[in-house]
Amino acid sequence: MEYAYLAAGFGAALTIIGGAFGIGKIASAAMEASGRQPEAAGAIRTSMIIAAALIEGISLFALVICFLLAGK
Amino acid sequence: MSGQTAEVINDTLKHAEHGSSSSDWIMHHILDGNYLDFTPFGKIYLPHLEIFGLDISITRHVVFLWIVTIVLFFVFLRISKKYKKSSIPKGIVNFFEVMVIFVRDEIAAPTIGKGYERFLPYLLSAFFFILFSNFIGLIPFTATITSNISITAVLAIFSFFVIQIGGIRKNGFFGYFKGLIPHGVPGFILPVMAIVELLGLLTKPFALAIRLFANMTAGHIVIYALLSLIFVMKTYYISPVSVGLALFIYFLEILVALLQAYIFTMLSSLFIGMAVHQDH
Repeated sequence: MEYAYLAAGFGAALTIIGGAFGIGKIASAAMEASGRQPEAAGAIRTSMIIAAALIEGISLFALVICFLLAGK
Repeated sequence: MSGQTAEVINDTLKHAEHGSSSSDWIMHHILDGNYLDFTPFGKIYLPHLEIFGLDISITRHVVFLWIVTIVLFFVFLRISKKYKKSSIPKGIVNFFEVMVIFVRDEIAAPTIGKGYERFLPYLLSAFFFILFSNFIGLIPFTATITSNISITAVLAIFSFFVIQIGGIRKNGFFGYFKGLIPHGVPGFILPVMAIVELLGLLTKPFALAIRLFANMTAGHIVIYALLSLIFVMKTYYISPVSVGLALFIYFLEILVALLQAYIFTMLSSLFIGMAVHQDH
């Protein structure tokens, strides 16, 4: 069966949807909090970047599995 | 156009035509290889060495690992010499002092708290090694060593040892493992919590390795995939679009290079802080 490439494509797309959604939510919460309290903008920005990198790390796990599938 | 450029274009078109797909072309540029590839100008073949049946031949990534190490060594040697002469920084010393103070005040001190000076050498080394390797990988004709899972795995293993040894030194061997489990947990859950926390000790460095590896590899793959559009469409008219998009992703790659060095160091420092000050 030659479905490995198809599976890799679907897997990557679905994972990225989840990751982009999560990071979008974080960014929106960060914007809102910065708007409410501009003095805390620096600390909020730092926490936002950390959380975004953690979520991106998870979505890249799935991407690595898709690489392995596409390389078969 | 010169004979060599024509040869390269013909070669790639041939690959694109008879079904060795562009993914082969992309993988060939991303993966490690036994030669240094200066394609229109030639290749430098690297020696193949073996010891007791184990392959320790010199590959592209090994050469660039040495280059990164030599660059790091000379840059920081020069900086420390200039510090001995006068404590007012100028020029390159000023530039790196900003980054060192950033790692100390924004990454190490808030996350580790008291006693952070002990871990500062490791955190600074990791930060600058990843930063330099990511940036050197962006220059044409070079290779990104952090896009090799072996190198990121070794960095994660170093982080793992620094975390565990830091925690065990502070809390005692049994005290450290006892302190992993939060207080006030009902008795019947304790075995589950123990297994979960022990696995957590292993998965966190694993995630560090995979995050750095996948970010670096994915960035380069996207650039090559966009450029290979020209060969897939078999026309030159798509090249402004293709090169423009690839340039945009290239700028994004610069941001990702900085960000990944910061994230690796920040997460290592966070885990060190959690291991050293176990205040559940």
